[in-house]
Amino acid sequence: MTARERIAGSVANYVDERTGAAKWMKKNLTKVFPDHWSFLLGEIALYSFVILLLSGTFLTFWFDPSQREVIYDGSYEPLQGLEMSAAYASTLDISFEIRGGLLMRQIHHWAALIFMAAIVVHLMRVYFTGAFRKPREFNWIIGVGLLTLGIVEGFLGYSLPDDLLSGTGIRIAEAIVQALPLVGSYLAFFAFGGAFPGEAFIPRIYTVHVLLLPGAFLALITVHLMLVWYQKHTQYPGPGRTEKNVVGYPLLPVYMAKAGGFFFIVFGVTAFLGAVASINPIWLYGPYTPAQVSAGSQPDWYMGWLDGLVRMAPPLESYIFGYTISWNILIPGLIVPGILFTGMALYPFIESWITGDKREHHILDRPRNAPNRTALGVMSLTFMMVALINGGNDIIATTFDLTINQIMWFSRIGIFVLPPLAFVITKRLCLSLQRADRDLVLHGRETGRLVMMPHGEFVEVHEPISPEKAWLLTQHEQNPPLALEENDLRGVRRPGVIKNKLRARMSKAHAVAVPKATAEDLKEIEHH
Amino acid sequence: MKRLSRFRRHRAVAPLLLVLALFSIGTTFSVAGASTGSPLTAAEKSALIDEGQRIFLKGCSSCHGLNAEGAAIAPSLIGVGAASVDFQVATGRMPVADMSQQIARKDPVYNEKEVEALAAYVSSLAPGPGIPGEEHLNYERDGSTAEGGELFRTNCAMCHNFAGQGGALTQGKYAPTVMGVTPRHIYEAMVTGPQSMPVFSDKTITPEEKLSIIKWIKAAENEPQLGGAALGRVGPVTEGLLVWTLGLGMLVGVAVWLAMKAR
Amino acid sequence: MSNEIEAIKDPGLPAHVHRRADTDPKAAKKAERQVAILFLLSSLGTITLIGAYIFIPQDVFIFFPVLGNTNAHQLFLGLGMAASLFFIGMGAIHWAKTLMPDEEVVIQRHEFRSPDEDRADFVRTAKEGAAAAGLGRRSLIKRSLGLSLGLAGLSPLILLRDLGPLPGDSLTKTSWKAGTRLVTDPGDRPIRPEDMEVGAVAQTLPEIAPGAHRKLSDIAKDAVLLIRLRPEEFNLDAERLSWTHEGIIAFSKICSHMGCAVALYEQQTKHLLCPCHQSTFDVTRAAKVIFGPSARPLPQLAIKVDSEGYLVAQSPFNEPVGPSFWERSS
Repeated sequence: MTARERIAGSVANYVDERTGAAKWMKKNLTKVFPDHWSFLLGEIALYSFVILLLSGTFLTFWFDPSQREVIYDGSYEPLQGLEMSAAYASTLDISFEIRGGLLMRQIHHWAALIFMAAIVVHLMRVYFTGAFRKPREFNWIIGVGLLTLGIVEGFLGYSLPDDLLSGTGIRIAEAIVQALPLVGSYLAFFAFGGAFPGEAFIPRIYTVHVLLLPGAFLALITVHLMLVWYQKHTQYPGPGRTEKNVVGYPLLPVYMAKAGGFFFIVFGVTAFLGAVASINPIWLYGPYTPAQVSAGSQPDWYMGWLDGLVRMAPPLESYIFGYTISWNILIPGLIVPGILFTGMALYPFIESWITGDKREHHILDRPRNAPNRTALGVMSLTFMMVALINGGNDIIATTFDLTINQIMWFSRIGIFVLPPLAFVITKRLCLSLQRADRDLVLHGRETGRLVMMPHGEFVEVHEPISPEKAWLLTQHEQNPPLALEENDLRGVRRPGVIKNKLRARMSKAHAVAVPKATAEDLKEIEHH
Repeated sequence: MKRLSRFRRHRAVAPLLLVLALFSIGTTFSVAGASTGSPLTAAEKSALIDEGQRIFLKGCSSCHGLNAEGAAIAPSLIGVGAASVDFQVATGRMPVADMSQQIARKDPVYNEKEVEALAAYVSSLAPGPGIPGEEHLNYERDGSTAEGGELFRTNCAMCHNFAGQGGALTQGKYAPTVMGVTPRHIYEAMVTGPQSMPVFSDKTITPEEKLSIIKWIKAAENEPQLGGAALGRVGPVTEGLLVWTLGLGMLVGVAVWLAMKAR
Repeated sequence: MSNEIEAIKDPGLPAHVHRRADTDPKAAKKAERQVAILFLLSSLGTITLIGAYIFIPQDVFIFFPVLGNTNAHQLFLGLGMAASLFFIGMGAIHWAKTLMPDEEVVIQRHEFRSPDEDRADFVRTAKEGAAAAGLGRRSLIKRSLGLSLGLAGLSPLILLRDLGPLPGDSLTKTSWKAGTRLVTDPGDRPIRPEDMEVGAVAQTLPEIAPGAHRKLSDIAKDAVLLIRLRPEEFNLDAERLSWTHEGIIAFSKICSHMGCAVALYEQQTKHLLCPCHQSTFDVTRAAKVIFGPSARPLPQLAIKVDSEGYLVAQSPFNEPVGPSFWERSS
């Protein structure tokens, strides 16, 4: 035994005698993780969260979350002598007086944008591969929760400096709260400590932003990761991979090195952006006052779709018995997002209701093999994109020589027409891809080499594909639609007729597929 | 001298002499042709107005009418003042090339002297805002950057954006960028309210305040990149675009490399 | 259908392909060198970071293409930090890819469902425990427990009451009263009609006592936009026309949609555009909404001229300014 081994041994002994750690350390150090680049997208989000914690803590050492009015006397000349809140002034000091301050501010904000983008691409990967199916439904709901909290946290974060752009955003948020029926004006006055903008809002959202929401994130992310750890990660289909195994690399040393290294990559790329690209230049926006606004005011990208929905809303308000209901705010600001996010959260249960599939799934779907789900996903993305584009309609108009009115009408009509169109096109595309897979299995790969037959016909030589590829293209399940008879065996009508009819119809649509190639089909062809 | 004559037949001599000759001829011309800046005599003024009318009849009357009285296609110029003419013509907006959405800044068609003549002619038709002299444009001395910023954000940013980059108006119109515009033209724009821009009267924004605005605009124009590439100074839209292209692009790129089997 | 027909078989895990570094010691050494170089690049990055922090002054600017004239301290601090982190990652990943074992390991999944025996045990334990607590039998305890917990849960809500005042009439009242002068924002100078040309706009606020200080909450309700047109350009009923003065019309600058400042005036079309959600208002028709999501026109402030010739409000706004709320009656 070398000296190092002896020291390591006594340390391990010390810990194990007090915690019994050896047993679970051994089990977990040999835990296996499947390796695919698309499994790293959630990690980008996780590491961005750590970067946010680190850079955010740095910022809290200098940021003053107070709306107390001060006169600026720092080094940025164009603002000298102006009245502003202490929050804005301290952010200017971080940017110009503290070495590394501006870098950290930029890293923090870039990390926030990357955090949200990573969550979205991770969500898309999980959705399109069907990783949310049993037993992972609960993890999916936590994920949707993290997405929602992330949007709120980011909004509160960039509102802390109390600059003109984010202050305008807070004004709009206050208008949404104020528009709530019955309780709106009370909630708004409680949140702001009085009339807008008041002096209590920034300090309060500071507490939410640095304490309450990070705490919620830590708890949710921990559960999210523990579930992945305990339930073991899903894997893509392929030779040797079954529902009952996991094929991959062990935690120590490979996964630790790769995943640990990837943390430094994410941090490095974020720092690179913070070094070379300016973000949130609050000194140019100026301090917030309700009498000013800038052309081209937008929220950060992950709220752009909300802004787009609000912009395209028709000017509807109802006046009932002396009370006002602002549909033009409530529908785009609360009702539609509420329906979308609730639907998104409940989707695993909706899909299992449609398919009647109550089994565990650990092998991922290739998106083309679940055409309905894939089409629904693309439809949702199309909806979001139309809304997002409308959110930036003024910038797009000036950049591409269009008019905001044209873009607004395109969005108002497009948001209804384009998503169903996207659904139909995507579903057809998936079925074509299934057909192509089937052809590939049955007829082999087209080599592009032409051979002339004795009787003069030209044929293209096809090369049979490898057994591994054939397996990949045919391993998926193709389940028949649910058969729900109206009457049971004794002729008694089953309760919930409409619900069952709907379920049956959706199940049938969901099960539409090109039948996959089988061994029999192959044998038939061989005899050709 | 002997040292220099050694290079008499050097192959760089000819181009160098050419450059020297051009330089001296050019400077001689500009020095000789420079005006002294002294006020014009009555005769000179009258000549200027006549010259202006000549240019006007040739290049402007087809839209603005023979007596600048206006027509369906172009407004009357009576009373718009020398400031309007200087702004519109010297920034190249007039004469109009493309009459679709909005009249845009482009390379001026008329030179400085011609603009001066046109301005003299139009202002002779009726009194209107005059061209501010150099003495009245000393924004470095008479303006305050910080106050200018506050004024800009209250009066200008809602059309021209917080950094003067411009913004969208309705039906395809737009407020152009205020970057790269001479102080005189900025001043004239505020005073005359060209196209969609409203007028900012001298009583509601005093001349000193106007100079402060100009001083702030110039400070913003000359401000170096304090945090890195500015991404257009239009706010979160381009920032989000960068994340989805460069940011995620780099990260996904490394992720793909990470998961690939090594050779 | 597929049950009866034979599916294509799973050929099993493909044979392992060795990497160059697995079989060739020279390739392994090369990979090792590459990893070391990557880690060294990271160290260079850290040195750049430290050097930039200590030695580059904060007011030096250096030109780079694409970046422009950029702050050298900030740039090299950031690039140093980026390199220092990025190359540690690259080194670790390259090490894992080329030198660490890359044979795929197969482990078995276990069913999550607990064995039936454990499940039965759990049910029995839970039932016994619940019975022992006796809630089922002792309904008095159950009901009084429910009451106490419910009331205790209410107390945080009560304790938060002082988060803010009740709205009262704050949402319906502004600082404008009959005779309040309109003053420029900024500058606080009173305005005469002749100060404004046709086609001019002015940002205004209500006059305050000398030495007094405006709060942002006041500005958020009081900001008013003055616009001068030719009187014949108005398309107003008699009452609204009487609220204008010689072609000058005043509107609340706070958007009736969601409260942004509306001051983007298009002189030729006489339209006001709010940059937040593109609500468009027609000034000639008392700021009627002609495009966009706002459901109400901007409130108009009735103005006239006082004895000294300055523009003043005739009366307070006839309706609440700013975004809508439940109690707003129109």
